[in-house]
Amino acid sequence: MAARVVLFGYGNPSRGDDALGPALLACTMVWLAEHPEVDVRIVEDFQLQVEHALDLAEADLALFVDADATAPSPFQLRRAMPARDGSYTTHELTPESVLYAARKVSGGEPPPAWVLGVRGEQFELGDPLSDRAKAHLDAAWEELRVLLADPRAAAWDARCVVHQRNFPA
Amino acid sequence: MTRVLETAAHPRALRRVAIEPLTRVEGHGKVTILLDEQHRVHQARLHIVEFRGFEKFIQGRPYWEVPVLVQRLCGICPVSHHLAAGKAIDMLVGARTLTPSAEKLRRLLHLGQMLQSHALHFFHLASPDLLFGFESEPERRNIVGVIDAYPELALQGVRLRKFGQEVIRHIAGKRIHGTACVPGGMNKALAVADRDALRRETPQIIRWSQDAVRLCRDLLEASPHAPIFGVFPSNFLSLIRTDGALDFYDGGLRARDARGALIFDHVDYSHYNRYLREEVKSWSYMKFPYIISLGDEDGWYRVGPLARMNNCDVLDTVFAEHERQLFRQAANGGMQHATLTYHWARLIEMLHAAEGIERLLDDPDILGTDLVTTGERALEGVGVIEAPRGTLFHHYRVDENDVVVRANLIVSTTNNNQAMNEAVRSVAASYLDGQRLTEGLLNHIEVAVRAFDPCLSCATHALGRMPLQVELVDAGGTVIHRMVKGADGTFGDG
Repeated sequence: MAARVVLFGYGNPSRGDDALGPALLACTMVWLAEHPEVDVRIVEDFQLQVEHALDLAEADLALFVDADATAPSPFQLRRAMPARDGSYTTHELTPESVLYAARKVSGGEPPPAWVLGVRGEQFELGDPLSDRAKAHLDAAWEELRVLLADPRAAAWDARCVVHQRNFPA
Repeated sequence: MTRVLETAAHPRALRRVAIEPLTRVEGHGKVTILLDEQHRVHQARLHIVEFRGFEKFIQGRPYWEVPVLVQRLCGICPVSHHLAAGKAIDMLVGARTLTPSAEKLRRLLHLGQMLQSHALHFFHLASPDLLFGFESEPERRNIVGVIDAYPELALQGVRLRKFGQEVIRHIAGKRIHGTACVPGGMNKALAVADRDALRRETPQIIRWSQDAVRLCRDLLEASPHAPIFGVFPSNFLSLIRTDGALDFYDGGLRARDARGALIFDHVDYSHYNRYLREEVKSWSYMKFPYIISLGDEDGWYRVGPLARMNNCDVLDTVFAEHERQLFRQAANGGMQHATLTYHWARLIEMLHAAEGIERLLDDPDILGTDLVTTGERALEGVGVIEAPRGTLFHHYRVDENDVVVRANLIVSTTNNNQAMNEAVRSVAASYLDGQRLTEGLLNHIEVAVRAFDPCLSCATHALGRMPLQVELVDAGGTVIHRMVKGADGTFGDG
């Protein structure tokens, strides 16, 4: 049986490069239509919230795709572990806090999770994706396709290593 | 009164405490407190980087795009903007009265938004302060700390919010970017299966909401802070139904003064600018609305749950009305002015929303398919709703080509602008003496602002979390003490 993936994409499509997460989801939906054998559940939102902990249920792997103003170009792929961090003090959580909340509310371990943070730089209301972000999107989509085509934790960890070698921070 | 603290006679000769930005408040807020030579608070201002570019974002677009477009203004309350814009666009197409099914679907959507927003605020942002105390260790005083200490309660909060999101999803198609409102109505009917799925959950949702109201009431009654924290008199503004009942979706504008006397009542909200004006102040990007008849000095007001609970005569749901009566009795039948009672009022509203959702799901009209109406076209439309944080105004003018040529939005946080300043001043005057900056002291100010649940960032989350920085600057401009709160929640001298 194919691994069940939950794919979180978040950001505001009308705020410049904040649209990178939703844009990757749009690419994924088109790709999934041609790859019905891949079991991916898509969750889109403006930002992560505590109820997203419930969306992790019944998933074997979780992937968070997002614009990231601090990631190295063109993107960063990393493992995310449940952790308490400062994000719980705002209206939005980090992937790590969502995983931590999932552990607490379900009483079990959340699925292994990764973050694909795509470098973004401009976030003004009404702006389109910047030219740089478009290039980063292309590179990130190539990576995302590789990940979805082989949804295994070991394979995704290996991609982290490959990415760190190709794009050192 | 704290009003005197806003403008110091010689601000250059005062010490300055700057707090930037506020945690658990969206956006970039900064608090400046000027101290006198005796280290007493003399002046306090809450600086907010105002939402920019709203009008530019909307102008030039065809009117029918607006209800969908404005959801992108705010990641916290997109449904509120969607509904307010939808009501304004109804006026443009002459749809003064919607079909019963369309109006009830919109009300159901609105109640879903109200429930999820209030659940998020109480369980996620406010309850840690109330459960653990304002000065408890910061690593514990957060939603994760609540999950650790009160897992059942935390899970209820998560499930309440999730239910509200599910109401939205079933009506709008998705939790975000839905397209429920169209000019003159709604774009799709509610399916029987979706109605039934939601209805199965409402008894539990109502019970949890009742428990939450009781918990909040108990916490406030047990809190030594609650009766004295951020207490200041103000006017109150909200929508009100014809019979004086609370109405989140429609009605006339009602304003009361600090003693409860009516300033105006049942005002047609399309004439809001005959009663309200927005003042610009040199030190703030955000405007300061006030009631014209009272003037800019005395005409500022509070909106949101506290204002609505003070303003209305009755709630039309049984359990929530019982709680409202307890709320009013606690103020001896008068107006509640304590800042922390915002939380109590908010949870009564959450219960009211839960009961309202159940009632609407039981109404046969909710499954109706007659969803759109039209009338005589107009070139100007105003939509007003009671959003979770307070009264929200959308005002559009279009040209003969149906393109928006003017837009004016007064969002809830702007309506509360002066009131948040008053809360900061009140708390700063009571708790800060300029001798020592501590996380606990700073959090008192944050708790006061947080009670209003201001929403400032409008959905850009990728910019990273800025640290909380506190500076104490002497009259000569020298920083004599600085504190920084890092993104990981730890404090230290900067």
